[in-house]
Amino acid sequence: MSQKITSYQGHEITPDEVKQGKYLDIVYKFEPKYSWAAGVAISRFLTELKEGKIVARKCHKCERILVPPRMYCEQCFRPTDEWVQIKDTGTINTFSISHVGTDARRLKTPILVAVVDIDGASPGMGILHNLGEVEPSKITIGMKVQAVWKRSEERQGAITDIRYFKPIES
Amino acid sequence: MTPGLSTRELMFEAASRAYEDAGIDPRKDVQSFVCCTEDFWEGISITDEYMPDQLGAVLRPLCTISSDGIIGLATACMHIMSGIADVAVVESHSKISDVVNPDEIASFGYDPIYTHHHFDADPRFLAGMEMARYLKDTGTKREYCAQVAVKNKKNALSNSRGVHGANIDKGIVMNSPVAASPLTELESSRGIDASIVFVLASAQKARKLGKHPVWIRGIGWSSDTPVVEDRDFARAEYVEQAAARAYKMANVKSPASYFDLAEVDDTYSYKELQSLEALRLAPKGKAGKMVDTGVFDVDGRLPVNASGGSLGVGHLLEATGLHRTLEAVMQLRGQAGRLQVPRAKRALVQSWRGIPTATGAVAVLGN
Amino acid sequence: MRRRVAIVGAGITLFRRRMLETPKELSFEASKMALDSAGLTLKDIQSVVSGSAPDAFDGVHMKGEYYLDGMGAIGKPHERVYVGGGTGVFTPIGGWWNVASGLYDTCLCVAEEKMSPLHPHPQYAFWSIFDQILERPLGTTLLWIFSLEMRRYMHKYGIKEEEIAEVAVKNKGNAIDHPCAQLGAKITVDDVMRSEPICEPVKRLDVSPPSDGAAAVILASEKVAKKLTDQPVWLDGVGWTLDSTHWTNRDLAYPEYVEKAAKMAYKMAGIKNPRKEIDVAEPYDPFDYKELHHLEGLQLAGKGEAPKMTVDGVTQRDGDLPVCPSGGLLGVGNPIAAAGMMKICEIFWQLRGEAGKRQVKKDARTGLAQAWGDLMQVGTVTVMRS
Repeated sequence: MSQKITSYQGHEITPDEVKQGKYLDIVYKFEPKYSWAAGVAISRFLTELKEGKIVARKCHKCERILVPPRMYCEQCFRPTDEWVQIKDTGTINTFSISHVGTDARRLKTPILVAVVDIDGASPGMGILHNLGEVEPSKITIGMKVQAVWKRSEERQGAITDIRYFKPIES
Repeated sequence: MTPGLSTRELMFEAASRAYEDAGIDPRKDVQSFVCCTEDFWEGISITDEYMPDQLGAVLRPLCTISSDGIIGLATACMHIMSGIADVAVVESHSKISDVVNPDEIASFGYDPIYTHHHFDADPRFLAGMEMARYLKDTGTKREYCAQVAVKNKKNALSNSRGVHGANIDKGIVMNSPVAASPLTELESSRGIDASIVFVLASAQKARKLGKHPVWIRGIGWSSDTPVVEDRDFARAEYVEQAAARAYKMANVKSPASYFDLAEVDDTYSYKELQSLEALRLAPKGKAGKMVDTGVFDVDGRLPVNASGGSLGVGHLLEATGLHRTLEAVMQLRGQAGRLQVPRAKRALVQSWRGIPTATGAVAVLGN
Repeated sequence: MRRRVAIVGAGITLFRRRMLETPKELSFEASKMALDSAGLTLKDIQSVVSGSAPDAFDGVHMKGEYYLDGMGAIGKPHERVYVGGGTGVFTPIGGWWNVASGLYDTCLCVAEEKMSPLHPHPQYAFWSIFDQILERPLGTTLLWIFSLEMRRYMHKYGIKEEEIAEVAVKNKGNAIDHPCAQLGAKITVDDVMRSEPICEPVKRLDVSPPSDGAAAVILASEKVAKKLTDQPVWLDGVGWTLDSTHWTNRDLAYPEYVEKAAKMAYKMAGIKNPRKEIDVAEPYDPFDYKELHHLEGLQLAGKGEAPKMTVDGVTQRDGDLPVCPSGGLLGVGNPIAAAGMMKICEIFWQLRGEAGKRQVKKDARTGLAQAWGDLMQVGTVTVMRS
């Protein structure tokens, strides 16, 4: 910083001071509610998940098979052309073992999360999902995995219709 | 409303049409993309994450500004003027149909310490207060505001985009349910979905592309204080300041006689009057009477909101400014169909960011 | 008609986990300091560009409208630019186009962030950056995407966690000399390796903290800059790029978006050999591995080679390419948008020889600041020269 400057502004507040109520604060719970339109592509994707299938879209120009599916190819900038059913197996592209939840609270059981490149889609086409039925220390990049689905009567047409991916016994 | 399409699919449609109209390939010909969005209207934090693919902007310079669409146009102009782009794209949209409780979100825009939590009221209370003060200070008759709604909703019947067009009279307007007194529901524009995309180009490039270039001759934008208690509710000072800048740039000396048409803010009926006075299209306190006597009708001396404005078509959140611009551009190109103002060569567009802001922008467009 | 643009003043507040000041007050303190350092008053400023990341933190919708009085923008043309984490370096780029376009001669650029209002923890806001339908139901947090990327980066180039930890050691150590730093400390690689795992392979000391803070710079056209100071710092190159939303379809091992943004900036600044021509760099380091990742994207190190540079001491303050002499986000703090601006301020002071104890050993004439943002998508880069 400039050596010419001698003081910097800002008053720190410590967590204890907050607990003691040393400073006035206003608490408000903001509850915006949304009902997002899934759109043509994702609506179909979710409908197929309910049936226990994963679908992708194909662009005839670049010939990529895209998952998550979209109605437009972002590389060619044109509408995509057809629905393609792909497999529910894949390869782990990368993974992590999470000890914290969404609000930074420590979890008792870690969540296993991975990007899984799905078989049947173009190389590197991954989706984000959880892993299960696997020892965290045994997970490797390149491991072959298989989707574990909810029972058909429990499926709702959501990404959670797949419970997690588990290693394929070779 | 567009429940069948996701926001991104809506944008893809708008972008495809715009690029087709301009004759460009976004993957090759565009050097800058500007989107105007606000997180809470989308329900996403960091909205720009979800912008590039459907605009053809993957791995290209795309940025988001949290400002009105006309300020987005200004940003694209600055990109072109600074030489960083020859062709720039500006996009904004409203997907209000995805929002279940828009009032909660609008209320969240108020100052969290001094204002928000003390009023369990429809967020439009600020508009009601401003309208009351405007009427008193300018001596404008209450019914003149209602006439704005009558005019604009009637105009919208001829606009293929006129979702809220209607054939009504002042009585019906003034007797409609109270939104935030003295403002009534029919004087308060309703939200609709849309995505609007513009392609801008430098002079040199524009002459080669597109068959109907419309020139931005001047553009200005300004903000008044966010502290609502400090504002002069009778005037739209932010419009006065923005207009002064735009007029200077475009060398407009007498705005009242310079333009062939104007598309100005009518989020609420009184806003059109207040903005017209700030834009110097009407003397102080006289805009109301002029609207009432038909000066600003489609076949009047200076058609204002011939499109139907936000009251007749619908309110588009950040894209409202681009909507004003779209209607003006269609007019200048001679493509406005039944709404066409004959021999339209010079248009004025103006927008406001809505409650609780005092930010707006003005652009002078010409052939 | 492009005009040359210079930075003529800079200001910064303390960065702390939780501050008493409101967003308006933080913006004011940083702006005032910047104006004072340039010898200007608000009357001299013709336009304002602000940068701030998710509204969810400060707890106000359209917060750009809310804090604009703290930034002196009443009655002035003001725009808020927003590209996620890249905002801090993008804000002066916004100022750049305001001045380079010829529309304005002076522009105040302020980046502010107040993350502490969000309860129970600012981390929670990051859940809402993910896809509502395909990702949020899985309970995503921002830490996931970083840890997934870190794992991929380490796997592809055979990099060890210990090598990455060197960055945390360097930056937190550097931050001891930064007057505003939140977490300046002398730690060891061992400390980092033994810190609790948050989202493996990310451990607590690999991450920067949430913070409150603001920073600002004043930009001026060439004519005005030369009247104000003998030492203008020229903003000679700017670049920005946004990659595809579908981050799970990309190979996270290499930040292509940083490369493209850097090339855009280098081209403008006439830089042909970045490794030789850049004297000091402030890449974005919200996590230690990110500094390495970005150095490679910036073409300042070959793919997979940045760790070796760190271990060899090349990136220390007395090295051949000092990196994050400020202490970076890891040491100074991470109020998202203000953090990137902190880096701009740092390069400004380094190129003027005013960085005091943090001044790098070599004669720094050309500096670079870079920020990253979104779902591994945004690269924003500036090249500055004295």
